[in-house]
Amino acid sequence: MTNAEMYNSRIVITGVGLTSPIGDSLPELRANVLAGKSGVTEFETRYMPPVLAGVCHFDALKHQKRKEIRRGTRAGSIAVYCANEAVHDAGFDWPGVAKDRVGVYLGITEHGNVETENEIFEIGKFGYDTSVWSHHHNPRTVANNPAGEVTLSLGVTGPHLTVGAACAAGNAGFIQGLQMLRLGEVDMAIAGGVSESIHTFGIFASFRSQNALAHHEDPAKACRPFDNDRTGIVVAEGGAICTLERLPDALARGAKIYGEIVGHAMNSDATDFVLPDRNRQVQCIHLALKRAGLTPQDIDIVSSHATATEQGDIEESMALAEVFKDHPGVAINNTKSFIGHAMGAAGAIELLGNIPAFDDGIAHATINLDHLDPNVPLTQIVANEPRQLNSVDCILNNSFGMLGINSVLIVRKFSG
Amino acid sequence: MTAEQIRRVILDILGRIAPDEDLSNLNDEVAFRDQMELDSMDFLDIVMELRKMYRVQIPEEDYENLGTMSTTVTYLTPLLKDVVSPA
Repeated sequence: MTNAEMYNSRIVITGVGLTSPIGDSLPELRANVLAGKSGVTEFETRYMPPVLAGVCHFDALKHQKRKEIRRGTRAGSIAVYCANEAVHDAGFDWPGVAKDRVGVYLGITEHGNVETENEIFEIGKFGYDTSVWSHHHNPRTVANNPAGEVTLSLGVTGPHLTVGAACAAGNAGFIQGLQMLRLGEVDMAIAGGVSESIHTFGIFASFRSQNALAHHEDPAKACRPFDNDRTGIVVAEGGAICTLERLPDALARGAKIYGEIVGHAMNSDATDFVLPDRNRQVQCIHLALKRAGLTPQDIDIVSSHATATEQGDIEESMALAEVFKDHPGVAINNTKSFIGHAMGAAGAIELLGNIPAFDDGIAHATINLDHLDPNVPLTQIVANEPRQLNSVDCILNNSFGMLGINSVLIVRKFSG
Repeated sequence: MTAEQIRRVILDILGRIAPDEDLSNLNDEVAFRDQMELDSMDFLDIVMELRKMYRVQIPEEDYENLGTMSTTVTYLTPLLKDVVSPA
C-alpha cells in the first residue's frame, strides 16, 4: 500500500447520535456515567412479573412523524433518531451530500421478535384468526428494517444492511462501515448498533430460564459486572450511531473528529452456543492490536463487555488479565453496570460513552462493584468512582456475543 | 349503524392510520388519496380495522368501493346495518 493509499484508508468518527437509558446525547450520557447514575428501572412485560430493564426516553417525534412511528418498528425508530442526530452532529450540508455514496450499516442482536410477539398477542384477541395478522408484519420484520428505516428518513440511496452479530453487533456495525469506506463502496458510513429487545418478553423469559436474568430490590444495583453478588443480565434498549469518513474527506470539510478507528478484529470461538472462550477473546484482542500497530501498553482504557454473568465475567477477565498482565495502569471499566446490556447497541454505546475521555482524561467507573469476584484476576478495574488518568490516547472496546462471536475495536485520539 | 355512524367509524380509523393529518375538512366526495397521504398499505389498514372491529370481510374486488368517504359509507351501510354503533 502506498502512503497515499494508507492515508486514504484512515477512518475517523465525525458525528455521534445515541440514545441510552441515561441519556439521548453523548454529553448527557457522559455526564451521567461520570456521576454514577443508573438507568435501570422496573419494566412491565407480557406474561411474566415486572422485570428490570434499561429503558430509553428519547423523543421519537424529533425525527419522525407519528405515522412513520406507527408504520415502522421500535428498532427503526431508535435507528432513525440516532442516525439523524449523528448526521446533524457531523455538520453535513445534508441536501448537498451525494446520497448514493452514503451507506448505512447497523449491528443488531436480533430483529423481528418484538413485532412477531405483538402480532401473536393481537390475533390471540381474535381466537388466533390469521386473517387479522398485519400486512405490516413482513416489512417490519425483515432483517434490514432498522437500517432501511434510516434510508427512508434521510433519503440515503446507497447500500444499507444490518449486521446480525448477537451482542458483538455494535462493534460489527462500525467495522462494516469502516470496511466499506476502505473498499471505496461509499464515501460516508452511518454505522453503529441498535436494540429494541426489551419490548419482547422472550428475551427476559429466556434469560430467566437460563438462570441469567438479574434481580435486585434496588434496580440501580441490579447490574453488577465482576461483582461476587451479581445475579445476571439486565436487558436494555438503546442505539449508538456514528458518521464515519475517510480522514482526507473529513479534513477537507473541516469536520470535528472524535477519534480514529485504528484497529479492529472479529473471530469465532467455535466451541459453544452460549459459553465464551477466553482463548479466542485473547486472539481477537491481539489481532486488533496488531492491525493498529499497538501493544497492550499503548491502551489507556479497556471498555469491557462483561454482562454480569458468572462465566462471561470470569472468562473475559481472564482474557484481559492475560493480555494486560504487564500493564497495571490500564483502566478497565464497564458501561453495562449503569444501563444494563443494550444487546446490539451495547458495543456502540459503550465505546462512545468512553470517547470523551480523549478530552477529559477520565475513565468512567464500573458501578456496583462492592465485592470483586475472587475468580476475576484483575487489578485494573475502575471500581465505583471515575479515575483521572494522565492522558487518554487509545481506547479498546470489547464486545462479545452468543454462538461465540467476538469483536474488538480500538479508537485512537486524533492528533493529525 | 346508520350512515352517519359509519362515517364516524371511518374517520376514527383514518385518524389512527394517518395521525398527522387534519381530517376536519375531509371532503366526502373526493378520493381519500387525493386529500391525504394514503398509500396501499394504509388502505389495507382500513380493510384490516373493519375486519377486526366488525368481522367484515371485504373482498379485493370490492376495494374500489372504498375510494371516497361517500362510496365507502354507501358500500358499508348494508354490511353494517345490524351492527350496534360503538358510540
